[in-house]
Amino acid sequence: MTMTTLPPDWPGNFWAHWAIFAVIIIVFVLLMFMVFVWLERRAMGIMQARLGPNRAGPFGIFQPAADGLKVMLKEDIVPAKGDKVVHWLAPLVAVVPVLMIFAVVPFQGGAILADLNIGILYIVAISSVATVGVFMAGWASNNKYSLLGAMRQVAAVVSYEIPVVLSVVGVILLTGSLSMQQIVMAQDVPFILLQPLGFLLFFIGALAEINRAPFDLMEADSELVAGFHIEYSGMKFALFYLVEYGEALAISAIVTTLFLGGWRGPLLPPWLWFLVKVGLVFFVMVWIRTTVPRVRIDQLMALAWKFLFPLSLLNLIITAVEILAWPSVSPWVLVPINFAIMIVLILLWSRLFKLGWGRVEV
Amino acid sequence: MAATKEVIVKTEPFVVNFGPVHPSTHGVFRMRVTLDGEVIIDMEPVFGYLHRGIEKLAEERTYGGCIPLTDRLDYLASMSNNLAYCLAVEKLAGIAVPERAEYIRVIMAELQRIASHLVAVGAFLNDCGAFMTPILYMLRERERILDLFDMVCGQRLTYNYMRVGGVSQDIPEEFMPALKKFVKEMPGWINEYEWLLKENEILLARSKGVGILPKELAVNISASGPVLRASGVKWDIRKADPYSIYDRFDFDIPTGTAGDCYDRYRVRIEEMRQSLRILNQAMKGLPQGEVRSEVPHIIYPPAGEAYAHIEAPRGDLGFYLVSDGSIAPYRFHVRAPTLINLTALSDMMRGWKVADLILIFGSIDICLAEVDR
Repeated sequence: MTMTTLPPDWPGNFWAHWAIFAVIIIVFVLLMFMVFVWLERRAMGIMQARLGPNRAGPFGIFQPAADGLKVMLKEDIVPAKGDKVVHWLAPLVAVVPVLMIFAVVPFQGGAILADLNIGILYIVAISSVATVGVFMAGWASNNKYSLLGAMRQVAAVVSYEIPVVLSVVGVILLTGSLSMQQIVMAQDVPFILLQPLGFLLFFIGALAEINRAPFDLMEADSELVAGFHIEYSGMKFALFYLVEYGEALAISAIVTTLFLGGWRGPLLPPWLWFLVKVGLVFFVMVWIRTTVPRVRIDQLMALAWKFLFPLSLLNLIITAVEILAWPSVSPWVLVPINFAIMIVLILLWSRLFKLGWGRVEV
Repeated sequence: MAATKEVIVKTEPFVVNFGPVHPSTHGVFRMRVTLDGEVIIDMEPVFGYLHRGIEKLAEERTYGGCIPLTDRLDYLASMSNNLAYCLAVEKLAGIAVPERAEYIRVIMAELQRIASHLVAVGAFLNDCGAFMTPILYMLRERERILDLFDMVCGQRLTYNYMRVGGVSQDIPEEFMPALKKFVKEMPGWINEYEWLLKENEILLARSKGVGILPKELAVNISASGPVLRASGVKWDIRKADPYSIYDRFDFDIPTGTAGDCYDRYRVRIEEMRQSLRILNQAMKGLPQGEVRSEVPHIIYPPAGEAYAHIEAPRGDLGFYLVSDGSIAPYRFHVRAPTLINLTALSDMMRGWKVADLILIFGSIDICLAEVDR
């Protein structure tokens, strides 16, 4: 599939097309959200030597629908001493940016709501807005656990934004474009092979940014109970749940687009390739969640500033040098070189730094 | 300069209540924590939410009737509680126990130790943030131990199996094959837990060097059980003051070196292996015969006092009984190991972060029903 076969400005300039396509995408995202919730619970169940949801429908696939019905019928409780307006606004501020991310995600060639020429920059910008919603929730709940969770979230996002963006820049250097569509087009070799280090840094950083284990210490069930959304119930809670999984879905889609060749692949239809890859990335997240313990807040910061940040800078420099030095060399030559560089750097860094112990004299 | 002074943000410590209803307090324990940001500057334990007055209740009951009460002390190790209490009554009244009953008691106590440590380690790893996976794996094996207990006494939590002068009934014939199967398979399961998390980088970073209980402090607060042994003190009642028939078995006492959370986790895992060794020997040596000596339904021990203690899964569990010659104990006192182990909690926690609070508390492995009694 090349650029010429694409309709140049599909879905067209007519506003109804935009509206319909936007609704389709939102419905698609919500459906995917339900499928992923089911997938996560079911996969976790199997990994944890139990069954997982298996009552509602065959294999429990209607469990998310049942859950959705339940949360809608639940009473909405606002803390008496909370800030009521902010408490009400917070889930909206959190959920809208997450849905907006999908405007620039190419589901297949041309199936993209807005092929912005600053696509990835738009995602980086818009995805950080959700943090404001989280902090509003933590603040408005007037609860110390919530506030601790929200503070952690802000600290994590501020720190992890940098390595994430820097590792994206490596991809942009290779592509020469910020458009998500163009990034996929440029991947005759998936960028995970050309940018293995960048992929790892992006994935780790993204996990921390969206509160997935092992960096889920903003909600930390075992310590902060639920962190920022402890005071939320009913549909507002469901919206935070939607944010969490919507972000996971978005990150899976972005990883797929940036590093795994997007919709491209042999035999299967492109949209199916896209879904398979997104599902695979999401599955890795679930896998990590069931496997590893949680890091501590100072270790989270140390990881961002001592490991990811310098490595992503080095990755950027190495990529730039490679592009300047060998502009016309076949990408397959660079693959082993890049993997070797990645292994050397990671081994070196893990020798140089250890995660801190974090005791403070009081 | 004046300008820089204005920039300094004034922070002040704030107080957070962890508990009494909190997923990681393992019951209804409350920690009143003073935090400076994420750092713990002070911690004040508050307990008593589960106080049922068991020590007083026991003074109204016959000696045999107190056994169900001991089930409700540390409900994760009921068999051990039964054993300690029965030993105390037997000492008080001078009752001998048949050989077969001694062996059955040892088998039950060691199975109980494994079951209890499984919960302890699983809950500890869950507190580390390993989301539910380790504890569910470990509950899977605990379930098999509960099935074994179910066979002998029909109960899965509060067994009420031991009796003064033996055990309530002989083991059924399907018990030994099931036990053999369990003892054969359990080392593989323990290895599985080890593969999963023993060398995990995050677990090491989280628990190594965290919540150190120094050797001197551990001895001074009279800590016992895995908490004491993780601090490097080789002290196990089974060896130091052998009770029942523990002097016949060959086993080691695993100890830690640093006394941190990781060592406490390691000691528990190793103790499970040692318990399996004891189980193997006890299964081989199990004789035929009576399981209960002739003891009257209502015991009138001579006036006096007796103290018997055992190495329960959580430490040195002791029962102190005073008799005035009547049918009920005049005084019934429990030396609860978990309450005593908790006394160093504040010292272990100061200076660590909120996340470590849960970890350190989890690594002590308490059972609130025993702390509050």
